[in-house]
Amino acid sequence: MNPASPAAAMTNWQAFLFTFFDAKTMATYAPKIAQGFLLTVELAILIVISGLALGLFLAVVRSFRIRPLNWLIVFAVDLFRALPPLVIIVFFYFGLPVVGLGFEGFTTTWLALTLVLAAFAEEIFWAGILAVPKGQWEAARSTGLGFLGTLGWVVLPQAIRMTIPPLTNRTIAITKGTALGSVVAVAEILSTAQSAMAESANPSPLTLGAIAYIILFVPVVIAGRWIETRFAWKR
Amino acid sequence: MTQGPVLLSVRGLRKSFGATEVLRGIDLDVHERELVFIIGPSGSGKSTLLRCCNRLEEPSSGSIIVDGTDLMARGTDINLLRRRIGMVFQNFNLYPHMTALGNVMLALRRVLKKPRAEAEEIARAALARVGLADKAANYPTELSGGQQQRVAIARAVALDPKIMLFDEPTSALDPELVGSVLATMRELRESGMTMMVVSHEMGFARAAADRVLFMDQGEIIEQGPPTQIFEDPREARTRAFVQQINRH
Amino acid sequence: METLLDLRDAFFNLDIILRASPILISGFWMTLKLILTVVPLGLLGGLIVALLYTVPSRAVRWPLIVYVDLFRAFPPLVLLVFIYAGLPFAGYEISAFAAVSLGFFLNTSSYYGEILRAGIESIPRGQVEAARSTGLSKWQAMTWVVLPQAVRNVLPDLISNTLEVAKLTSLASVVALPELLFQARQAQSLTFNATPIMAAAIVYFVLLWPLVRLLSRLEHRMIASH
Ligand SMILES: Nc1ncnc2c1ncn2[C@@H]1O[C@H](COP(=O)(O)OP(=O)(O)O)[C@@H](O)[C@H]1O
Ligand SMILES: [Mg+2]
Repeated sequence: MNPASPAAAMTNWQAFLFTFFDAKTMATYAPKIAQGFLLTVELAILIVISGLALGLFLAVVRSFRIRPLNWLIVFAVDLFRALPPLVIIVFFYFGLPVVGLGFEGFTTTWLALTLVLAAFAEEIFWAGILAVPKGQWEAARSTGLGFLGTLGWVVLPQAIRMTIPPLTNRTIAITKGTALGSVVAVAEILSTAQSAMAESANPSPLTLGAIAYIILFVPVVIAGRWIETRFAWKR
Repeated sequence: MTQGPVLLSVRGLRKSFGATEVLRGIDLDVHERELVFIIGPSGSGKSTLLRCCNRLEEPSSGSIIVDGTDLMARGTDINLLRRRIGMVFQNFNLYPHMTALGNVMLALRRVLKKPRAEAEEIARAALARVGLADKAANYPTELSGGQQQRVAIARAVALDPKIMLFDEPTSALDPELVGSVLATMRELRESGMTMMVVSHEMGFARAAADRVLFMDQGEIIEQGPPTQIFEDPREARTRAFVQQINRH
Repeated sequence: METLLDLRDAFFNLDIILRASPILISGFWMTLKLILTVVPLGLLGGLIVALLYTVPSRAVRWPLIVYVDLFRAFPPLVLLVFIYAGLPFAGYEISAFAAVSLGFFLNTSSYYGEILRAGIESIPRGQVEAARSTGLSKWQAMTWVVLPQAVRNVLPDLISNTLEVAKLTSLASVVALPELLFQARQAQSLTFNATPIMAAAIVYFVLLWPLVRLLSRLEHRMIASH
C-alpha cells in the first residue's frame, strides 16, 4: 500500500471543504444572503396570500355559472397552467416595456407567480366545490339560506377542507418559483448568492444559498407531508 | 276528525325532466295539523312532489300555495318561505363540518338573524325535543344514523315551520334505529305539526296518518284513511302494491 | 386604431417572426429533446425510489425520505445553478445539457417517486396476497398486479408532474442552453421587439394546452369520486 494515498485523499477533501465551505467568504456574504432570505420570504408570503385569494374569488365567481364569464375564467386558468412561469416573467419583464408597461423585477415576479398560483388554486377550489354533495346544497336551501349563504357557510368550508392537501403541495411548488426572480434582478437568495460567487470567485456563497433554501423549504415540505396525511381525502 | 283550514294547496302540478313527465297533474290539499302519508312504487314521483313543494325542484306548471303565499309568484321571497317548510331527507344531509348544535343553529343565525345566545337556546331546545340534548357538541360522524336523522329533524323544527316534508326518513337506517326516528315523528305529530311523509313504514301510517295517498306514474291513484287504503283499496294497482309491501 | 397597430408591431410582428423563425425552431427542437430526456429519466428514477420504498427497512427508508424531501425542497433553478456553476469549482466541467439533465433528474425523480409511492400504498395488501397465493413471486406480483393499478390510481398526478417537467425545461435558458425560451430571448434582444417571446409563449401554450385540458378532466373526476 502506498502510504501517501490516504494523505492525498485528505488534502482533496480539505480542498473541497475549502472551496465550498470557505469560512471567511461565508462570513463576508452571510449578511447579504440573509437579506436575500428575508426578501424571498416576503415575496413568497405575498404570492401565497394574493394567489390563493384570487383563486378563491375566481372559483366563487365561477359557481354563479355565467357562461361567457366562465369561458373567460377557464381560458385564463388554462393559460397560466400551461405557460412556464419563467416565460410569463420574461414576457412581463422584457416584453411589456415595449408598449410602455414596465414593472420592477419584484413586482413582475410577484404578479406572474400570483397569476400562476391563482390559476391552479381556482381549479382546485372549483373541483372542491363540485365535490360537495348536492344534498348539502338542498339541505341548506331548504332551511331558507340563499345561494351565497349556502356557498359561504355550508359548501366552501367543506370544499376548502377537501382541497387542503393538493392546495398545499401546489402552493409550495409555486412559492419555490421565487428563485426565478433572480432572472429579473430581484435580490432574493439565489441572485444574491450568484453575484457573491462572481465577486469572490468562490462557490461558498452558493453553498450558503443552498443552506438558506434548506432552512426555508425543508420544514415547509415536511409540514406539507404532515398536512397531506392529516387532511387526506375524507369527509 | 274535524279538518282545519287548508295549509298547502297544490293544483294541476306538472313536472318534466326533459321529455319524461314525472308529475302529471297533481291536485292536493293538506289541512292544518294533518298528517298525509304518501306511498307508491319507486320512481312514481313521490320525492319530486315533495321537492316541488319547497321549490327544490322547479315545477313545469301548476300552482302551489303554502299558508296563503303563492310559491310560484314572482314577488315571493322563496328563502323566507322555505324556512316555514321543513324538509327531512333520506340521507340526513347534515353538515359534516359542524356539530349537531351548529347544524341546528346555522339557519337561526344566518336566515332568521337571531343573536347567538338566542339561537343557541332555541337550538338546544330543539335538540332536547328529539332526545339529543347530550349530543349537541358531537359531529355528525360521531352519531348513529338514527341520531343523525333526529338532528336533521331538529334542524328543521328549530325554524318553527308550518309544515314538514319527510322524504323516506328511515330508509337509510339500520332496522334497530328506525324506531327512535319514528317515535320523534310521532311526538311531532302529537304536538300538532302538519306533515307530509313519504315512507314504507306501514305500521307508522296505520297509527299516525290521517290520510294515505297512493301514487303511481306521476299521478295520485287513490287516497283515503289508512284502514281503507291498506285493507280495502278500490284500485287494482293500489291493491297490488299494498299486497307486495305486506309480503315483506 | 393607432394603439392596436402598435400592439401588433410589438407582439405580432410578421417581419420579425419570419426573421427569427430559424432559431426559434431550433430552440423548439432543443426543448423537445430536453423533455424527452428528462421525463423518461425522471420516471425511471421515480420508479426506483418508489420500489425501494417498499423495502421494509429503516436503513433504506430514511435515506430515501431525505433524498425525496431534499430535492423537493430545492427550487429546481437553484439546483441547476448549483450544479452548473458549482461543479467546475470541484474540478468537474459539465456541459449545460448534462447539468440540466442531472439537476432535473434529481428534482423530477423525487416528485415521480413520491407519486408512485402513494400509488403503490393505495393498493390493498389483499391484492399482493391474492397474487402470491396463485404462485406469483414478489416481483411478479409487483409488476403485474400492484404497479398497473397503482399507476392508474395516480395517473392524474403523473400527468400533472409531466406537465410541470415540460414547463421546467424553460429554466435551462438560464444556463444558456439554447432551448425555446433562450432563443426567444436572444431574438428579442437583437430585434428590440417582444414578438419572439410572444411566439415562444404561444408555442408552449399550443404544446401543453391539451395536457392541461386532459388534466382538468381527470382531476375533477378524481375529486368527485372522493
Ligand atoms: N333530476 C332528475 N333528472 C332526471 N330525472 C329525474 C330527476 N329526478 C328524478 N327523476 C326521475 O323522475 C322519476 C320520479 O323520481 P322520484 O320523484 O325520485 O320518484 P320516487 O321518489 O317516487 O321514487 C324517476 O323516473 C326519476 O328517474
Ligand atoms: Mg324518492
